[in-house]
Amino acid sequence: MKPTPFGYVKAASLPQALDLLARHGEEAQILAGGQSLIPTLNMRLSAPRLLIDISGLADLSGIAVAGDILRIGALTRHAEVEKSELVARHAPLIAAAMPHVAHPAIRNRGTFGGSLALADPAAELPACCLALAATMIVQAPSGSRRIAARDFFKGLFETALEAGEVLTAIEIPIAVPGQVFAFEELARRHGDYAIVGIAATARKAADGTLSDIRLAYLNLESRPVLAGKAAAALAGTTGDAAAVTAAQDALAGEASPHADLNATPETRLHLARVLLGRAVARLIA
Amino acid sequence: MTESLPLNLPIDLTVNGERISATVPARQHLIDFLRETLSLTGSHIGCEHGVCGACSIRVNGAVVRGCLTLAVQCDGASVDTIEGLSDSGAIADLQSAFHERNALQCGFCTPGMLATGYDIVRRLPDADEARIRRELSGNICRCTGYHAIVDAIETVAAKRGAGA
Repeated sequence: MKPTPFGYVKAASLPQALDLLARHGEEAQILAGGQSLIPTLNMRLSAPRLLIDISGLADLSGIAVAGDILRIGALTRHAEVEKSELVARHAPLIAAAMPHVAHPAIRNRGTFGGSLALADPAAELPACCLALAATMIVQAPSGSRRIAARDFFKGLFETALEAGEVLTAIEIPIAVPGQVFAFEELARRHGDYAIVGIAATARKAADGTLSDIRLAYLNLESRPVLAGKAAAALAGTTGDAAAVTAAQDALAGEASPHADLNATPETRLHLARVLLGRAVARLIA
Repeated sequence: MTESLPLNLPIDLTVNGERISATVPARQHLIDFLRETLSLTGSHIGCEHGVCGACSIRVNGAVVRGCLTLAVQCDGASVDTIEGLSDSGAIADLQSAFHERNALQCGFCTPGMLATGYDIVRRLPDADEARIRRELSGNICRCTGYHAIVDAIETVAAKRGAGA
């Protein structure tokens, strides 16, 4: 339960970190908050020769609003996001999800960008970013590029990040009037990885009609997925019981739930249907 | 790749108010540095992958997992272990509440419970039982069934809130 020996460099600048990453290739790992990386090192599931600690790069941390975009620096710690008034006001879905992200001691060190770059299928923040149509800002030695959340999460612990690239910030469209949110998950112990969860957003008209519905599931499949058919079944309704049943049936037709130690695909689909009902109840409340 | 990488690095940090300078292997966990190098064995090592909370300690005033933090990352940091919290009297009321409520049996989880409990009573003096349970969810106890621990923390939180 001790890591294999590795070298360590605390990067003084992003260019230095990118240069080290370019020179050491797959033998190097970026260390941000370390709350997922260090367990994998402890269990020797990975054995990098070099850790490039980017936690001192102040430019990559912080929360700000510019125009209609909320920008969260990749190194912003979960605890800071959790208590941020800007996040509570402009991205209530993330504020609702934050208490479910591991435990307080882990939120004190873990980072927002680290969770996204890891792409654990059971993590809350990738699903939230997918529901909110966030954009990932990625830096390489040759320049930066922007990746939409729907293109970023490729598979199990797999993202669109290429070798030598570092996630630096996340841009989230700020909440608009009439937009409603819901976050629900099921876990055996509060703060543990969810068996399945849902991050949902919609527009609610004055008469209660729902539109612009986005239902992102975590840990339903090996990457966060949008349930487009379930969302379509709810669109134009007020989220009444018949609409919820139709959406749940649509979900069963489009989901390909995966299996793990916690649940079979059948159980997972059942739980996902239950959470869909709970999420809609929150959206229309 | 033949380039030599630094496997051991110098750090300067403050532990329980005392300035410490040391050279540490990059792979050494903070909890192992505290226990093995500084002989501060009050904080325990349980699961070593961030699940049990036995190694909870304070770094720069925030509770962290000692097994998910590298000693080398704590260059310049201020660390408080259970020894420091205990000797300073900062958690005397929590310790006596744990004693009175029988909030420990084997005691293995207790240093981590006290570190987390101290964080709860400082940060959330108005926390009710449900909130305390949520905040404490990252600390496992195999003896007590948690009720007594939650009671003890709730009692101290209420007393501190009223006396503030």
